[in-house]
Amino acid sequence: MKHTISVLVENEFGVLSRISGLFSGRGFNIESLSVAPTLEPNTSRMTIVTSGDDRILEQITKQLNKLISTIKVVDFTSKDFIARELALIKVSTEAETRAEALRIVDIFRAKVIDVTPRTYTIEITGAPGKINGILELLRPMGIKEVVRSGPVVIGRGAKGVTG
Amino acid sequence: MKLTGSQILLESLKCEGVDTVFGYPGGAVINIYDDLYDSSINHILTRHEQAAVHAADGYARCTGQVGVAIATSGPGATNTVTGIATAYMDSIPMVIITGQVPTPLIGNDAFQEADICGITRPCTKHNFLVKNIRDLAKTVKEAFYIARTGRPGPVLIDLPKDVQVDTLEFSYPATVDLRGYKPTYSGNFRQIEKAARMILEARRPVLYVGGGINLSAASAELLALAEQTRIPVATTLMAMSAFPQRHPLALGMLGMHGTFCANMSVTECDLLVAIGARFDDRVTGRIDSFAEKAKIIHVDIDPTSIKKNVAVDLPIVGDLKDVISKLKASLDQKEEALQSFKEELQEWQTKIATWRERHPMVYQPSDTVIKPQFVIEKLRELSNDDAIIATEVGQHQMWTAQFFSFSQPRTFLTSGGLGTMGFGLPAALGAQVAFPDRQVIDISGDGSFQMNSQELATLVQYQLPVKIVILNNNYLGMVRQWQQMFFDKRYSQTVMELPIDFVKLAEAYGAVGFNVTRVDEVETVIKKGFETPGPVLMNFQISREENVLPMVPAGKAIHEMVLAS
Repeated sequence: MKHTISVLVENEFGVLSRISGLFSGRGFNIESLSVAPTLEPNTSRMTIVTSGDDRILEQITKQLNKLISTIKVVDFTSKDFIARELALIKVSTEAETRAEALRIVDIFRAKVIDVTPRTYTIEITGAPGKINGILELLRPMGIKEVVRSGPVVIGRGAKGVTG
Repeated sequence: MKLTGSQILLESLKCEGVDTVFGYPGGAVINIYDDLYDSSINHILTRHEQAAVHAADGYARCTGQVGVAIATSGPGATNTVTGIATAYMDSIPMVIITGQVPTPLIGNDAFQEADICGITRPCTKHNFLVKNIRDLAKTVKEAFYIARTGRPGPVLIDLPKDVQVDTLEFSYPATVDLRGYKPTYSGNFRQIEKAARMILEARRPVLYVGGGINLSAASAELLALAEQTRIPVATTLMAMSAFPQRHPLALGMLGMHGTFCANMSVTECDLLVAIGARFDDRVTGRIDSFAEKAKIIHVDIDPTSIKKNVAVDLPIVGDLKDVISKLKASLDQKEEALQSFKEELQEWQTKIATWRERHPMVYQPSDTVIKPQFVIEKLRELSNDDAIIATEVGQHQMWTAQFFSFSQPRTFLTSGGLGTMGFGLPAALGAQVAFPDRQVIDISGDGSFQMNSQELATLVQYQLPVKIVILNNNYLGMVRQWQQMFFDKRYSQTVMELPIDFVKLAEAYGAVGFNVTRVDEVETVIKKGFETPGPVLMNFQISREENVLPMVPAGKAIHEMVLAS
């Protein structure tokens, strides 16, 4: 089963390799990982999408917590949360498909951020499912390049996750 | 007054109570060594960086204090890796200080540069690269704190040369605050109450105890709990000295080379109380039939140990000393139930007694050839009760665990998790430095001994009277045993073709050596070896194809043992 985990870590030298090394060393999966500093400059927040059964997930959470550089670990999977991912998509367009491409961009509330006579570069944010959706529709036109950020997540409601 | 980085390092070590370090100099630590030259800190020069780390490890294992080792950058640092991984697997508190090339050169493939923080990340509890002298004292403070608290482990500090030379006003922080590291010491009261009730409901309970007992210094508490409840105690390799092996409740070692009664007791028990043990594969054998009739209580300070390998009915996170005392107190309050529990236990104890009688730990004695088990028994008989025994890894290690009958905590130093050949001699060296007046014995095989035999020089230089016992079969015995049992006796690369004159080797270093080839010489030579001042090597030519039995073949359940005939 897929799990989305937020990890607050010390924003310091080597912390990313501590986390990724833990996953590779113990044979855990990483589907995506995104990281950036929080409001506090000495704290970073990672969002990791991983998969495994309950026993593996318990180990992942515990092993993450065990790292000295880890401040807090939250598995959002059973919680109410919002996930958003950014994707940049370069799609080939011929004369007959340019209008259709724009319609799809419009339906998905995406944006065209760069144009050439034969391509559109599209920016889209949304839940990972939405990104998969637009990719599905654009695929027949010929996607030249996709860059996805991996999802970042935040819990619903008034409470925030802090160190 | 301003101090240099290397002076700050040494002052910080003193603030942590360090009086002895093990190490090896080099270009990137030359400033530290210059300051050590007139420091009050005692430095032991080993002949290899790996040995320096093992020596610090041995020092830590027998004292419970943080062991400290120093090595230079590059190859010095990479030579420490086996020692660090050894300590990591057995949760030994250590601080390793490595020199590093100057910060502007890091990443430039400079001379003797190695990314030791990157290399040791998976085998240290934590590591630090100190890039600024302002962080140095704080880093040392944090390193010692991390090494000795929670589940202990090795911590590495990588110190670039320019930081050692830089200067700053020295002040040592009084406290540590690591927001990501708050180990749980106090066991949860309600979980402990539940554990007490589960124990009282059990009819066939077993205590399965591991190296955590040594790390938490909880031997007295364990003994008290065992005696209060009369529950038998099975010990892992790491805990052989944590519970007196001649105690009537001692089942001995469990697992691959464990006793018949320990393995049967665990297989048949209805409650397994795991304390400071981690369900290692050498203990459990085939995991799905390990203690399959039992409910499991697991006490450990490290939450990741719990439910890692087996499902657990009741987890308790906390320091063993704390949890065991509270558990005992809780059971004391249930006096009546405890009384009837103990009466009900009779049947279980009778059953265990029959297992013990049916297949005791035995070997075939001989008048014509020296049996390794006989040598171990004689060593036990002729050494002091508080003698510290270090081993290397292999058959001799298992025979020591099986036949030495340890009786005092922290007297058995062995590489359990990583299984590092070459550990014993430097570990014994470190133990002898910690306890100059106690007997320290390294029990070795002819294979393992050659992995760090250069440390004879260190023993002689510092006149450390370590007694080295080589159980010599001219084989890499444990691998040979596997080849005999599972590979049709195809002894591929396990025959040590060249018979080495270990006595001459000892003498070359200025130590004393004895060869023993006859059974009737065993006792006299051991006595002579113990009486001879300074380091002594005793080389016993043992029966060559002796096997370690019982043995649970890989992949089998622990009750499926190959037994000694």
